[in-house]
Amino acid sequence: MQTHLADFIKDSAAGQEADAILRKCTHCGFCLANCPTYRLLGDELDSPRGRIYQIKQVLEGEAPTESIQLHLDRCLTCRACETTCPSGVEYGRLADLGREIVEEQVPRRGLQRWVRTGLRTVLPRPRLFGTLLTMGRLTRPLVPGPLRKKIRPRRPAPAWPSPSTHSRFVLMLEGCVQPALEPPINPQTARLMDELGIAVKRTTEVSCCGAIDQHLGASEAAKARIRSNIDAWWPHIEAGAEAIVVNASGCGAQVKDYGHLLADDPDYAEKAARVTALAIDPIELLERHADQLAPADDAPRRVAFQTPCTLQHAQKLNGRVDALMARIGFDMTPVPDAHICCGSAGTYSVLQPKMAEQLRTQKLENLNTGEPQVIATANIGCLTHLDEASEIPVRHWLELIKVA
Amino acid sequence: MPAHALFRDEDLRFDVDVDPLIDALRQVLPEEGLIVHEAGLRAYECDGLAPYKQLPRLVVVPETIEQVQTVLRLCHEAGVPVVTRGSGTSLSGGSLPHPQGVLLAMGKFNRIREIDHHRRIARVEPGVRNLAITEAAAPYGLYYAPDPSSQIACSIGGNVGENAGGVHCLKYGLTVHNVLAVKVITMEGELTTIGSESLDSPGLDLLALMHGSEGMLGVIVEVTVKLLPNPLTKQVLMASFADVESGGHAVAGLIARGIIPGGLEMMDGAAIQAAEDFVQAGYDTDAAAILICELDGSEAEVADQLKAVDECLRDHGATRIQVAADDEEKARFWAGRKAAFPAVGRISPDYYCMDGTIPRKQLAYVLRRISEISAAEALETVNVFHAGDGNLHPLILFDGNQPGQLEAAERVGSAILQLCVEVGGTVTGEHGVGVEKINEMCVQFAGAEIEQFHGIKAAFDEKGLLNPGKAIPTLNRCAEFGRLHVHNGELPHPELERL
Ligand SMILES: Cc1cc2nc3c(=O)[nH]c(=O)nc-3n(C[C@H](O)[C@H](O)[C@H](O)COP(=O)(O)OP(=O)(O)OC[C@H]3O[C@@H](n4cnc5c(N)ncnc54)[C@H](O)[C@@H]3O)c2cc1C
Ligand code: SF4
Ligand code: SF4
Repeated sequence: MQTHLADFIKDSAAGQEADAILRKCTHCGFCLANCPTYRLLGDELDSPRGRIYQIKQVLEGEAPTESIQLHLDRCLTCRACETTCPSGVEYGRLADLGREIVEEQVPRRGLQRWVRTGLRTVLPRPRLFGTLLTMGRLTRPLVPGPLRKKIRPRRPAPAWPSPSTHSRFVLMLEGCVQPALEPPINPQTARLMDELGIAVKRTTEVSCCGAIDQHLGASEAAKARIRSNIDAWWPHIEAGAEAIVVNASGCGAQVKDYGHLLADDPDYAEKAARVTALAIDPIELLERHADQLAPADDAPRRVAFQTPCTLQHAQKLNGRVDALMARIGFDMTPVPDAHICCGSAGTYSVLQPKMAEQLRTQKLENLNTGEPQVIATANIGCLTHLDEASEIPVRHWLELIKVA
Repeated sequence: MPAHALFRDEDLRFDVDVDPLIDALRQVLPEEGLIVHEAGLRAYECDGLAPYKQLPRLVVVPETIEQVQTVLRLCHEAGVPVVTRGSGTSLSGGSLPHPQGVLLAMGKFNRIREIDHHRRIARVEPGVRNLAITEAAAPYGLYYAPDPSSQIACSIGGNVGENAGGVHCLKYGLTVHNVLAVKVITMEGELTTIGSESLDSPGLDLLALMHGSEGMLGVIVEVTVKLLPNPLTKQVLMASFADVESGGHAVAGLIARGIIPGGLEMMDGAAIQAAEDFVQAGYDTDAAAILICELDGSEAEVADQLKAVDECLRDHGATRIQVAADDEEKARFWAGRKAAFPAVGRISPDYYCMDGTIPRKQLAYVLRRISEISAAEALETVNVFHAGDGNLHPLILFDGNQPGQLEAAERVGSAILQLCVEVGGTVTGEHGVGVEKINEMCVQFAGAEIEQFHGIKAAFDEKGLLNPGKAIPTLNRCAEFGRLHVHNGELPHPELERL
């Protein structure tokens, strides 16, 4: 596509990246087909091609408007459009940049502003979030309707494995909201690793991966967080950590992007690239040990796997978890439209509740096609979002397996 | 933007007072169904032919048939042009907006109303994606045959509008051969049904007329299509050639032997690599050209054909033949071909996709001429096309940010289309005329024929409000363009038989 970027951005690194992305777009429209918002709303303005075009206008010097903000807000950043695009347009990067500029120039009003700031303040802080959640649990009947559903009863967690003598070790991102929302996931991940002869070195000073700031148009705040995470991991990396395991695919996608996000930072570029190279989703490690894995004793066998967008469209690991689960003895049920987002999308389910709910209803219908006993997933956001409305339990897939 | 104006004075004859129209439209449309601000209009300014841009006055995104009726009635009363848009994938500017008019976007009409697997029909809204019909029919072992490469995204309404073809049209026909009925709203706002669920209807064949009418006769609000049972078995093979011309000869050779493959497609040059990068289909990226051929039918039939095709291709110099091992590989062979146009976006910032049809026996000659023509303008052209029906899609690669390159690409394009006519072919295979090839229509048709076309259009749309300035050139336009190209009112090479 032809472009004429405006002077304010044309020569910056971000501008050049955006220009290269825009130029790849041929305006063919293929991406419309798999965009959840276009499928629901049928308006070019809510399609990837239309959003690219709207961002292009801003980069070409048009003043951003509330309308553009609205259509960018509605985008889930699921990146299904990227998987669909034959031309290799990196929509996600363009959207981040577009949002940043729009955010600077179009002030948020009233409640909207507070909610966004609130999310950016609370979610990345596990202690604060945990405290609030506990308070919420205690006062559940008093909390207003839409939020009440988000307050999950606490499930008991297994014990962390005792400190081990394994020579192999990995780091693990424990995440910001995950420990409070689904306490079993992290210790369970560590136990699986431990039983496979791999120790998990805990780095509790690292919590949020930075994705929340990043996708709410606050990229500088995100970068600060990323740098401090790198600092916390670095000594362990130097000591020989063989991977950074990220068991929430949304966070995993973000950590895998550190190298790119800090590419222009002279002090951190190299370290960030190293972190990116080390970051893996658990599937990438567990696949190699498939022979040692089996369904957990109490796990139902008929499973529908909901592939998070961050696992398939961002990390490009589509089909791998399902294949492993099938191989170790689960009966995987068919899931139509598995490439379409469930509506969770980070903070989306809070900021765009109506669209999120519609997408969830569709997703649950599709997931239930083959009458599974349980829904498995690989991301905390999708898990809690689906679980709010699902009749059958929704679990992280790592909770359904064991080392035999 | 192209060097010439997209619309001529006579296409811009409308006197539009937009404010009262906006007020009236607000009464009938949902809140977001009326777009008036520039940033919103801009996203609708072009279709798949992105260098051609035009802001509409308004964009309307209706939700119900009644709303479409009211919109059309209001526009008819106020004398406002209307351009209908499906998915906006047209490669000829078919859904390019009119500067004085309303762009009617049908994206919300995306429901499949009925799949009747006993009668093998599907009744769908016009915004339903072509592929979505096949997906919905799949559980019954049925599919919708015409499969434009854009099938993932293009709408069935747009398919009727352009009479879209595709990979399987060689054997199973174009859109027109697979649609049983359409519901249409006239410019006056009246709802009528054309065609019926049986194979033949009484009276003139208006249904055929709707196909390829490029939104100039009415707005389609429902389409009933035929579904076909999946073939008992099929094989897909890929043949490599060391030069494009032998590929061309091989195609002519196959058809001459009376073999009608389910699909017969060719790709050359850098397009092979670009498609391979996207789907990892396993294409032979060392080949100068590859031919993808699908054979379908009963086991025995397919086995016989496979043997004959293999022989014929080798006779014509195929350097390698690879038969897809399983269903996934078959799908990948096709997926690469279908994504090939946009995949070319990986190797070139812009491309201009042409669409001409030629007699198959001329393939090798025309392919050679195309590379000479583009070389003369210092541009590269790759070909990705429906070889079996002689429908060429040269993609002229250019960089729109370099001054003069779009114009050079257009000159190459125009020369290619004239070449098609010279060898006895036509200026459009399946992408329609739109604004893009409207001048070349003057090369293809004589004045009297063009007047008849206008007569037919006027019978449906007296005021000429539906998609003005597209598809049928005015005689003024031809007079001006013709001065450059036609001598003594004669087509170039009148001795040739037309397709
Ligand atoms: C990458 C790529 C590959 C392609 N490959 C092929 C191919 O193999 N074969 C092929 O034939 N085409 C192909 N095309 C062209 C295009 O996809 C087809 O012309 C398609 O039929 C257009 O459908 P659409 O929904 O996008 O319609 P639009 O582009 O929105 O509109 C096309 C025309 O139909 C009219 N129209 C749309 N909806 C209606 C309606 N409801 N009522 C009345 N008129 C309507 C419009 O006014 C316009 O004139 C390709 C395009 C791309 C970008
Ligand atoms: S599929 Fe890719 S090239 Fe085509 S319109 Fe979408 S982003 Fe652009
Ligand atoms: S990221 Fe998802 S929601 Fe956003 S434009 Fe792409 S497909 Fe649509």
